[in-house]
Amino acid sequence: MSGRFDLRRIALAVAAPVLAILFAMLVTSVVLIVSGNDPIVAYVTMFEQLGKPRIQVNILNSATTYYLSAVAVAVGFRMNLFNIGVDGQYRLAAMLAAAFAGTVTLPPVLHVGLTIVVAMMVGAFWAGIAGILRTTRGVSEVISTIMLNFIATGVVAYLLTPGRLAVTTQGSNNIGTAPIPPSGQVPGLSIIPGTTNLVFGLIILAIVIGIAYWFLMGRTRFGFDLRAAGASEPAAVASGVDVKRMIVYAMLLSGAVAGLVGMPQLLGSSYSYGLDFPTGLGFTGIAIALLGRNSPVGIAFAALLWSFLDNSSNSLEFEGVPKQAVLIMQGVIVLSVVIAYEIVRRYRIRIVARDVGRRLAAATSDKEVVA
Amino acid sequence: MANSDVNLVVQRGTVHAIVGENGAGKSTLMKTLYGMHRPDSGTVRIDGKAAVLTSPSDAIERGVGMVHQHFQLADNLTVLENVVLGSEPRKGVRLDFPEARRRILEISDRYGLDARPDVLVEELGVGERQRVEILKVLYRGARTLILDEPTAVLVPQEVDELFDALRELKSEGLAIIFISHKLDEVLKVADEITVIRRGSTVATVLPGEVTSRELAELMVGSELPTAETRESTVTDVAELTVSDLSLVDRTGRTLLDDVSFTIHRGEVLGIAGVEGNGQAELVESLMGMRHVSAGTVRLGEIDVTDWSTRRRREGGMAYIAEDRIRHGLLLESPLWENRMLGHQTVPPNSKGALLDIRGAKRDTERIVTDYDVRTPSIDVLASALSGGNQQKLIVGREMSGDPTMLIASHPTRGVDVGAQAAIWDLLRDARAKGLAVLLISADLDELIGLSDSIKVILRGRLVADADPATVTPEQLGSAMTGAEGAA
Repeated sequence: MSGRFDLRRIALAVAAPVLAILFAMLVTSVVLIVSGNDPIVAYVTMFEQLGKPRIQVNILNSATTYYLSAVAVAVGFRMNLFNIGVDGQYRLAAMLAAAFAGTVTLPPVLHVGLTIVVAMMVGAFWAGIAGILRTTRGVSEVISTIMLNFIATGVVAYLLTPGRLAVTTQGSNNIGTAPIPPSGQVPGLSIIPGTTNLVFGLIILAIVIGIAYWFLMGRTRFGFDLRAAGASEPAAVASGVDVKRMIVYAMLLSGAVAGLVGMPQLLGSSYSYGLDFPTGLGFTGIAIALLGRNSPVGIAFAALLWSFLDNSSNSLEFEGVPKQAVLIMQGVIVLSVVIAYEIVRRYRIRIVARDVGRRLAAATSDKEVVA
Repeated sequence: MANSDVNLVVQRGTVHAIVGENGAGKSTLMKTLYGMHRPDSGTVRIDGKAAVLTSPSDAIERGVGMVHQHFQLADNLTVLENVVLGSEPRKGVRLDFPEARRRILEISDRYGLDARPDVLVEELGVGERQRVEILKVLYRGARTLILDEPTAVLVPQEVDELFDALRELKSEGLAIIFISHKLDEVLKVADEITVIRRGSTVATVLPGEVTSRELAELMVGSELPTAETRESTVTDVAELTVSDLSLVDRTGRTLLDDVSFTIHRGEVLGIAGVEGNGQAELVESLMGMRHVSAGTVRLGEIDVTDWSTRRRREGGMAYIAEDRIRHGLLLESPLWENRMLGHQTVPPNSKGALLDIRGAKRDTERIVTDYDVRTPSIDVLASALSGGNQQKLIVGREMSGDPTMLIASHPTRGVDVGAQAAIWDLLRDARAKGLAVLLISADLDELIGLSDSIKVILRGRLVADADPATVTPEQLGSAMTGAEGAA
C-alpha cells in the first residue's frame, strides 16, 4: 500500500468532523449575529477557558463520563443496534450500585470492584431485556429501550424513597442512598497543577474500557462476528454467525458498559445516588458515538470536544452571550457530521473503485508491453 | 478510467447489443447514457441533437429509458401502481387511475406486452415482471430502451417471449440497447453488435458475420474455453446424503417437499429449475441457515441435520452463495477481512478466540495469486473489485481449509467470460480432488457441461432426472416448467 493512499485515507477520516465543526461554528455565528451578539467575543471567551486549571479538570471529568456512555452506544452501533436506553441503564445501575456500596462493609479495593461489577450487571440486565425482546418477539430495540428508560425512571423513583433504598440527608431536601464509606470511594488524581480540584480516579477505567473495546472489536473472533453482523446480516448468517445470539450479547455488552457511566461521578465525587445525580448522559453518548464514528480514539476526541463545549459555556454568560449558543453548536455538529460522514463514505467507495480500476489498467498495459 | 474512446451508433428501429467482459466498462457506458455519470470528454447525441445528461430524469425526458438487471418493483402494489409510481397522472389533486389504465392498456396492446394492470406484482412470474419494467419505461415515453442483462433471470421459453416483445418494439421504431453475456441470444436478437474490451469499443459486427465463439474471442481477446468436463471422477463413497427433506414456512406453505438425493465424492450434482422453485431454500437448509421440518442431512457418515451453519462449515461444507453481494461479502471491508468471513473460527484466520490478522492477510495474498484475483492490494474494499474478481476471491476462500463438500449456487452469474472459465476450472479441480459438489445454475449450458447428473426441481420437489450426456437445454427447460415429464 503506497503512502499516498494512506495519507488520503487519514485526510478523508479527519475531513468530515473538521468540516462539521467549521459548519457548526458558521451557523452558530449567524445565530449570534442575528441575535445581536459578537461571535468573535464568544469564541475567544470559550477558548480562554481552556487555560484555566479548574476548567481543565472539569473537562477531563465530564469527558470520562461521556466517553463511557459513548462506548456503550458504539458497541450497539457496531452491529446496527440502536441502544437508546443507555440513559436508563446507567441511572438504574448507578442507583442500585450506590445502594449496594452504601450498605456493605468490604475491604477497600474489593468494595470498589464489587460495586462496579454490580453496576455492570444491572446495566447489562436492563439492556438485555431489550435484546431478548428483539430476538424472541421481534420488538425493535429502539422502541423497547426508549420505553425501558421511562420504566427505569419509575423504578428509580420508587426505590429512592426513605424506607426503601434512600435516606434523608441531614439539613437538606435531598434524599439519596446511604453514603458510600471511604473503603468504597475512588480517590481523585491531582494531575492538573494549579488547582485543588481532582480528576476522577476512574478516568483510568475509561481508558481501560477504550482499550478493551478496541481489542474486542478488532482482534477477537467475537468482535469480527459482531462487526460482520452489523455490516451485512445476511452475509454474517451465511458465514455461520448466530445473529440472534449476537444481538443479545451486544445488548448485554452495551448495557454493561452503560452501567459504568455513573461510576466516576458516584465513586469519585457524590458517594451517594441522590435526586441531583446527573441525568441525560446516555443521550450525550449517542451524539458523541456518532461524532467519534464508533472508533475508540475518535470517541475520545469527540468526548473531549463535547466536554469542552459544555464546560466553557458558562463563561459566555459573563460576556452577556446566552450559553444556549453552545447547544445550537452541538446540535449542528451532530447533524452535519452525520451527513458529512455519509458523503465521505460514498466518495471513498467511489474513489477506491476508480483507483483500483486505474491501477489494474496500468498493470495490464505494462504486461502487454513486456509480452 | 472506466471508458475511453467509446464509439457507438444505435439506429432507430434496431436492437443493438453490447457485449464485453465484466469490468470492461459496459455498465459505466450505460450509466453515462442514462445520465448517472458525466463523460469527461466526447458527446452523446440523441436524434442528432447533442444531449448533456446530468441525471436519469434528463435521460427520461429525452426518451432514454433503462430496464435494470434487478427489478425495481414494489411487490405489494399492482402492476398499474408500479407503472405510474413517480409519474402519477393527476386530475386536480386526485390520481387519475382510469387515464393511467387506459394508457397502460394502449401501450401494452401496441407492443404485445400482455399487461394485467390490476394484478399484484408479487403474483407475477419473472418474465411478466420484466415486461412490467419495460412497460414502466415506455409509459414515461422512452424511445430508446437500455436493457441490462435482461435474460439473466429467464428460462429459455421466457427468453423467446422477451425477444418477441423486442421485435415488436423495434418494428415500432424504438431503438433498443441490449446488454448480455449470453452470446447465442445476442446473435439471435441483435441487428448490430458492439464489443467492448477494457473500456473501449473494439469492434462493431453484424450477427450474420460472426459465430458466438468469434464474438467471445473478440471480448476476451483470446481463445475461449468450454464448460465440458472430461472423464468421470465419480466414486461410490456417499459424501452428502439428503433423505426426505421437507421445509414448511411459518404460513404453512411447503417450500421443499420430500427431497432426497445423494452426492458421491468426485461427483457434481446439478439442480435445474426456474428460479423460486425451492433452490435457495434447499441450499439454505443444507447450510443450516433454515431449520428443516422433516428429513435428515448426512455428511459422510454423520447426521448433521441439527448442526448450526458454523459447525457445518467447520465440518467441511463450503458455500458459494447465489447472491455474492448480499451473502458472500462484506462490501465495505477490505479483502483480507472478507477472506476471514465464514472461516473466522479456523486457522489461518484465528487462534482460539483471537483473530490472526497476519495469518489471514498472508493467506489472502495466496488466494489472490493462486486464484488470479485482479486487485492492486488486499487492503482495498471488496466493493472495488469487479464481479468476476469478487467471485474468484470467494471461490478461493471457500476452497481453503480442505472442504469435502461444496455448494455452488449460480457460481458464474454476472461474471465475465474470462472469470467464468476460471471458475469452471476451479469447480472441475474441486471435483477431481474428490469433493462432492452441488451445483445450482440458471445457465443450462453450464449445468449440462459441468454436472455428472442433473435433477430438476419444480415447486419444491425433485420431479425429474436428466443425463447431462444426452439432454439438451430445451428439454431441460421444458422439464423445469413442468411442461412434460422426465427429459
